[in-house]
Amino acid sequence: MGDFSKKVDAFLDAFINQNGYAKVLEGLQNTLLIAVLGLVIGILIGTVIAIVRVLPKYKVLPRVLNGICSFYVGLFRGTPIVVQLLVFYYVMLPLLGLRISSVNVAIIVFGLNSGAYISEIMRSGILSVDHGQMEAGRAVGLSYWTTMLKIVIPQAVKNILPTLGNEFIALIKETSVVSFVGATDLYIAFNMIGSNSYEFMVPYLVMALIYIVLVLLISLGIKIMERSLRKSDRRH
Amino acid sequence: MIDVINLQKSFGSNQVLKGIDIKIEKGDIMCVIGPSGSGKSTFLRCLNCMEDPTGGQIIFNGVDIADFKVDINIHRRHMGMVFQHFNLFNNKTVIQNIMLAPVLVGLQDLKKAKRQNSFIKLTNLLRSSKMKKDLVAITTSKAEIKQQAKENAMALLNRIGLADKADVYPSTLSGGQKQRVAIVRALAMNPDVILFDEPTSALDPEMVGEVLDLMKQLAKEGMTMIIVTHEMGFAREVANRVLFIDDGQILESAPPAEFFGNPKNPRLKEFLSKVL
Repeated sequence: MGDFSKKVDAFLDAFINQNGYAKVLEGLQNTLLIAVLGLVIGILIGTVIAIVRVLPKYKVLPRVLNGICSFYVGLFRGTPIVVQLLVFYYVMLPLLGLRISSVNVAIIVFGLNSGAYISEIMRSGILSVDHGQMEAGRAVGLSYWTTMLKIVIPQAVKNILPTLGNEFIALIKETSVVSFVGATDLYIAFNMIGSNSYEFMVPYLVMALIYIVLVLLISLGIKIMERSLRKSDRRH
Repeated sequence: MIDVINLQKSFGSNQVLKGIDIKIEKGDIMCVIGPSGSGKSTFLRCLNCMEDPTGGQIIFNGVDIADFKVDINIHRRHMGMVFQHFNLFNNKTVIQNIMLAPVLVGLQDLKKAKRQNSFIKLTNLLRSSKMKKDLVAITTSKAEIKQQAKENAMALLNRIGLADKADVYPSTLSGGQKQRVAIVRALAMNPDVILFDEPTSALDPEMVGEVLDLMKQLAKEGMTMIIVTHEMGFAREVANRVLFIDDGQILESAPPAEFFGNPKNPRLKEFLSKVL
């Protein structure tokens, strides 16, 4: 074990004395920022797409919108997220002449990507709500959209919360690919510490621990949210 | 009040309603009976365009609401509906269920009035002093709308004896309680007419009575009601007209005494002999 404690010492030295912790904090911040904002964007996009896809389809406009949404979902589910990141960063940005920092690009791409997945989750959630709820809303004179937003979506969200939590956890873990476009995440931070101390065992171990703790905390948060949303159920 | 002219409804190639003509006057209590699959529920659901009619007209307070260009939401405020499966909003408490529509509709109207006023103010800048338009009077506020809706909802709950259930969720109510809440939810909008789609069919037998009692009370107060039902006793006692629908057509329309005592249509005779 003497060997291991030497490794720990080397890690601590790189972590504390060589400013490794600052890098780790930056990486952690980016990881959380990308995952949380990506999820928020994803939920917004996903909800809009899901609503469009469950619209009654005997008019032209819903059909056209539905086609566009299907294409979008197909596109973002059909390619790996690394490819999307690279294409967005190295192809789209230069073509459009835009300058956006790599973290912001990652937020956008993760948002667009999870939007495609969440749209399907949300759609199944909306379909799981009894059609009578929509009818009851319409019968008292509320519009389709009001009923959707006030009655159907809240119930749908309650039903899909566990799946949505899954998506968030997946998102947290997937952020480890943002180093492809040069953003600092946990991997880059610990890789740097490893390079500085010529020792990779402890840094990667700590990195894994941080991911696990993050995911456990999130699961706990979801559980608490679920409990408060289940107030209207008789299952406790 | 409601004038149905040659109402037709098809689902694809399946024609469910084959031209229905009926006039409903204020204060009418009309029961609609018929075998299952006869189109009676579809007929009721066409009346507030829950199903869009594929032909004919429904003149409600002078407006043809079967016309796609009409804003149906405005007319539905005056037409309550009670469903077989209650359809209370599961994510809202009992009192929220009752308040929701009056509050949202009130706020919508308030917003509209405010928007109109700001538009008038803007255009008034361009008008000469003599030509200036008056603002729309706003007599209420957000808080007031909510307060009023809440008081009204509490009064309705008191009436059905469920005031103590105001803050619970519908999942904790019995079927009969749910349906009574659903009925006062419709009442909260002060509708001109309430449509009942088999309101007691999903209830345990012992709970049917409490719902029918509430409906009888409404009938006594002069509420216009159209009721699709299998409760022959109720139809005979409360209705002032009973319709028999089969195969998408009205086969008989008569006051209950005549309808049950001296049916003319052979199909109705056969139906009554089976159910009575």
